[in-house]
Amino acid sequence: MMNKILKYLPYKSSFLFVDNITSIDENGVTGDYTLKSDSYFYKDHFPGNPVTPGVIITEIMAQIGLVVLGIHLMVNGVQKDIVMDEGSFPLLTSTDVSFFKIVLPGEKVTVISKKQYFRFGKLKCLIVMHNEGGEPIAKGMFSGIIKNAVKKDQINE
Amino acid sequence: MNRKEILIELKKVLAPYTESKAMLDGINEETDLIKDLNINSANLVDIIIDAEAQYNIEIDFDAAEKMYNVGNCIDVISEKINKPA
Repeated sequence: MMNKILKYLPYKSSFLFVDNITSIDENGVTGDYTLKSDSYFYKDHFPGNPVTPGVIITEIMAQIGLVVLGIHLMVNGVQKDIVMDEGSFPLLTSTDVSFFKIVLPGEKVTVISKKQYFRFGKLKCLIVMHNEGGEPIAKGMFSGIIKNAVKKDQINE
Repeated sequence: MNRKEILIELKKVLAPYTESKAMLDGINEETDLIKDLNINSANLVDIIIDAEAQYNIEIDFDAAEKMYNVGNCIDVISEKINKPA
C-alpha cells in the first residue's frame, strides 16, 4: 500500500472517497474505495432502494484518479514550476463519463487512472472504475487544476 | 507567417473551445479568450497544447502566462516560429 499520500488529501469524513492507493507513479495511479452502507446519500437515493449516485461515482474517480495523482506529481516535484501551499485546493474543471453498471452499498470499487498530460498546473487523465469482478462500472476523461497553487519563484520573493 | 496568417490559423485552434461562434468569426487582436469567447480557463492549457502541435513549437510557462488575449497569443506564436529552438 502507498497510503502515505492520503494525508495530503483535503477531504474529511463524509466526503473522503479513497481507502487505499495500490500503485502510483508519474504516469498513473490505482486505488480503491469501499462504499459505506451507512453513507448519508443512501437514505434519500433512493428511499428503500439505495443506489450509489453517479455524482458520487464521479467523485470517487476524481479523488483517486486526479487528486491523488496530482498531489503526487506536486509533492514529488515532477512539476517544478508550481507547488501547493495552505491556501491551495483541487478543483475539477471537466468530466466526460459513461456509466455501465450500478454500485450498491458495501461494494468495493477499484479506480485506474492514466495520465494524458500534466502541464501548467492542469492534470488530464483517462479514468476507469471496476467492481470486484473486474467488470467496468464507469469510464471517462477528467481534468482538474490546483486552485491557488503558487509559482515556486514567488515563494522566495 | 505574418500576424494575419497566424490569426486565421488560431481561429481554427480556438473553435472547439468556444460556444461563441459569432464572436469567434469577428475576433481581433484585442479579443480576450476568457471574457469575450467564454472559454473555460482550464481549457487555455488545451489551447496551448493544440497551438504547439499546430505550429510545431514549444510554449513554456512564462510564455503561456501571457496568452490571455488573441494579440498576446500571436506575439508568443510569432516569436516562437520565427526563432526555432
